[in-house]
Amino acid sequence: MSAVVARAGGVFWLPVVLAVIAFVLIGVPSSWLTLTVAGLSMGLMIFLMASGLSLVFGLMDVLNFGHSAFVSFGAFVSASTLAALSGWLTSGSLTLEVLALALALGAAVAFGLGAGWAFERVIVKPVYADHLRQILITMGALIVADEVILATWGGVPLAVPRPSFLEGAVIIGDSSIEVYRLFAVAVGVVVYLGLYLMLNRTRMGLLIRAGVENREMVEALGFRVDRLFVLVFMLGSALAGLGGAMWAGYQTLITPDLGAEILVIVFIVVIIGGLGSIQGTLLGAIIVGLMQNYVGFLAPKLSLASNMILMMAILLWRPNGLAPAAK
Amino acid sequence: MSLLSIKDMSVDIGQYSILHGVSFEVQEGGVFVLLGRNGAGKTTTLRAVMGLWKPSPGSVRFRGEDISGLHTSDIARRGIAFVPENMGIFGGLTVAENMVLATASGKFDASRLERVYTLFPALKKFWDKPAGALSGGQKQMLSVARAIIEPRALILIDEPTKGLAPAIVDAMGEAFREISASTTILLVEQNYAFARSLGRDVAVIDDGRIVHTGTMAAFDADKDLQDRLLSLSAFQEDHE
Repeated sequence: MSAVVARAGGVFWLPVVLAVIAFVLIGVPSSWLTLTVAGLSMGLMIFLMASGLSLVFGLMDVLNFGHSAFVSFGAFVSASTLAALSGWLTSGSLTLEVLALALALGAAVAFGLGAGWAFERVIVKPVYADHLRQILITMGALIVADEVILATWGGVPLAVPRPSFLEGAVIIGDSSIEVYRLFAVAVGVVVYLGLYLMLNRTRMGLLIRAGVENREMVEALGFRVDRLFVLVFMLGSALAGLGGAMWAGYQTLITPDLGAEILVIVFIVVIIGGLGSIQGTLLGAIIVGLMQNYVGFLAPKLSLASNMILMMAILLWRPNGLAPAAK
Repeated sequence: MSLLSIKDMSVDIGQYSILHGVSFEVQEGGVFVLLGRNGAGKTTTLRAVMGLWKPSPGSVRFRGEDISGLHTSDIARRGIAFVPENMGIFGGLTVAENMVLATASGKFDASRLERVYTLFPALKKFWDKPAGALSGGQKQMLSVARAIIEPRALILIDEPTKGLAPAIVDAMGEAFREISASTTILLVEQNYAFARSLGRDVAVIDDGRIVHTGTMAAFDADKDLQDRLLSLSAFQEDHE
């Protein structure tokens, strides 16, 4: 993995450069700190949702436009679990609140694992090596998934209960930083470290990294990449589910459009980060998160366009993204 | 029984027919050289044996078993290693990680690793470096080293001297001589001098068909045959 960092050169300093420029432009340290933490937490939640998509494309060249369905389902499954355990959330017991949160996040992950397996076997497997069909069938699956969500949870925005220990804010100087955002940063960092260790310290991780570079050669060395791909697809779907659950807690009000809204950002992150690279995805997600928050504060009218402009600028500079996997 | 027996193997890629009923047999031990002009079908033959292109119709038998319908990974597990023309190195992985991937258990057999170090000392020196940073010759060494880190019955090697400096080519030749004492090599090569120095048996492919098989010694002695099948006079003049 250090090879990715070495190959990418200084691009991993971009978030720092962005933060320094924003510090100068914003001029108020407390506002800057609040925006920076908000950007980091948003970036790390997007990283959760995008990392699986990047690995799936890198390993098997599969364009999965249905990826955001796992984000949506993760959000709704988690919200429903928390709603079902609302008694625990209002019991005043920290243990029960932590347990309710763990069960809600666990339910989103478990749903992602199971649905990811079924999605790969039924939807994706028949269209390997055919990008046009992949786009059509996964977009179709996304539409079906959105309708299932609509039929199950209805079109009315769903309130997402939060455990009381994640409510409120921490005051640092003149800055007010939401506890939930710090929690999102912590979860994102833990997941990144877990992925890093899995990819760098296990044989499965080694096979995934090699498969992203040259699938054919991995098979010529005696390994079934298609079987490995099922596991990667399940992992990616589970992470998307977890990302959706975290995003639901962050928004506190979710609609069935959640997945479609996040899909564009997820694709931007994967493209600017570089396909197949976890480091690149993390870098892209943090840059997008920071950019969205800084631009939203400095020039709100540009906020919606900022990510598109960012993507165009980066692709003009580095057509393969900031830190793509070696091919 | 021959180690590898290819009978009436044809390969179509898209709308193009690349191989038309290729047949030859590779006996156990030594180096079997597959010669031919550019685009004759040498690389396609190796890839079809490895299961990377599916032959249809025809059969590929390895130690008597028909392997033509097997998945590439299953063919590899039967003891066939592949060193492709582009070397197939994982540039983002270290030399050590490239080597570990070539082992079945994830652990090295100490004596085989020592053999690799003896044949290719540069790999020991750059063991923890990214493979993408190696020179062309070192990448080729790594590609061959991956093929011999586990016991194999047959190694398919595609144009290993392409683009390498003469000194590296000589070192590669020495390594292949040593390897072929215990493992059969099916070598595709454009460098005739290199192929001649190693080969025991030879087949010549032209336009997707085998046009000659025999011993390397007999082929090398017949200049007319070489000229007719490979245009070697022109080739050698080009390289002088």
